Amino acid sequence: MGLNQPIERAPAVQAVASMSPNWVTTRLDFLVNWARSNSLWPMPFGTACCAIEFMATAASRFDIARFGAERMAYSPRQADVLLCAGRLPFKLAPVIRRIYDQMTQPKWVISMGACASSGGIFDNYAMVQGIDTVVPVDVYVPGCPPRPEGLLYGILLLQKKVRGETIADPTLRVERPLDGDGLRLPPAMVDELSEPFGNSIHQTRSA
Amino acid sequence: MNPSVDALRAQFGPAIGRAAVVCGDTIAYVDAGRSADVLRWLKETPGQQYNYLVDITAVEYRDPERPIELVYELFSLERHAQLRIKAELAKDRLEVDSVVPLWAGANWLEREVYDMFGISFRGHPDLRRILMWETYAEGYPLRKDFPLRGRFSRAEQVRQALGGATEAHYSMEELSVAESYHELPEDVRQRLTRGKPGPVPDEPEPGAEAEKP
Repeated sequence: MGLNQPIERAPAVQAVASMSPNWVTTRLDFLVNWARSNSLWPMPFGTACCAIEFMATAASRFDIARFGAERMAYSPRQADVLLCAGRLPFKLAPVIRRIYDQMTQPKWVISMGACASSGGIFDNYAMVQGIDTVVPVDVYVPGCPPRPEGLLYGILLLQKKVRGETIADPTLRVERPLDGDGLRLPPAMVDELSEPFGNSIHQTRSA
Repeated sequence: MNPSVDALRAQFGPAIGRAAVVCGDTIAYVDAGRSADVLRWLKETPGQQYNYLVDITAVEYRDPERPIELVYELFSLERHAQLRIKAELAKDRLEVDSVVPLWAGANWLEREVYDMFGISFRGHPDLRRILMWETYAEGYPLRKDFPLRGRFSRAEQVRQALGGATEAHYSMEELSVAESYHELPEDVRQRLTRGKPGPVPDEPEPGAEAEKP
């Protein structure tokens, strides 16, 4: 019945025999995503020990350049990926939000480490419980701090996500400003995301 | 026991309370109303010369009746001597004289104690929060009655953090530099225009310019 046959898919890049060998045809999506995913310029937002691990990832041993992400953009206007490496205090929340707003589309966000993703061990009055309450996040990298291999895997996952996008879908690139409440998410969802979990639920001595 | 304690008792009498040696460090309790006088005397008297203010901090104990202790850690760079001065403040009267006139470095230390414990310093030139933002409304985080996660809901905390203008973290003087540019002294304006630190070289006179080939 043909079920065992591999699915016929047009190869992404084809050389056209009838034309000059200098010509290839491809899908526009493939070409755009190939270019985007292999030159993800990170905007390092390093606030804590995860930033040290990120520096190790960028240095020669782990060599983030193998994946085309070695060009740190210290201006948000030239960056593709906002890489939040470390905990985010409430005092820095408007800063990272402004940096995210200043980045040009297309843009993605990697939340590196337990603190950026969930508040980590800092379940206290001063710390944002997960940067996804402030900016949308594409890839969460767990770890405290993550090993460089973990961060590289996160970048590979982001590349995979980018390769799955299509320029025909304009909703992917829509800017979503803060709502009337001044929040990115409904207040109930922010509260739910910030709920303590794990060992953290026992840390209510003074509450 | 540090001999400065006996010198303090001879000078200030009943304003000096109990004293003890803990882990090799001498601690002397002083009357909160006289603490600035005591510290000035310790800094300026020959033979004492505690000219380096290492730290100012405070301690609140779990016993609600016990007063908050304000801690001054002193060091004499000349004599290599250490002294810790503590002042007890009742929780309904958290007020003490500032020592910024004595040590300019006390400015941020006292701001931090004010931010975290709510102790106000009389005569401080710029008593604002320093770690939390200035509009922070949840209280003083290091007090024992302060809940670990703050008083507001997480959504409210995020909303206030995002909604509070970032500019609110700076004083009016810090913000007014750009607006009052034209009021700045001429040399400062020149320096800002050229974007260079340090003194600006004199402008060459028009005549000297013309003589060059």
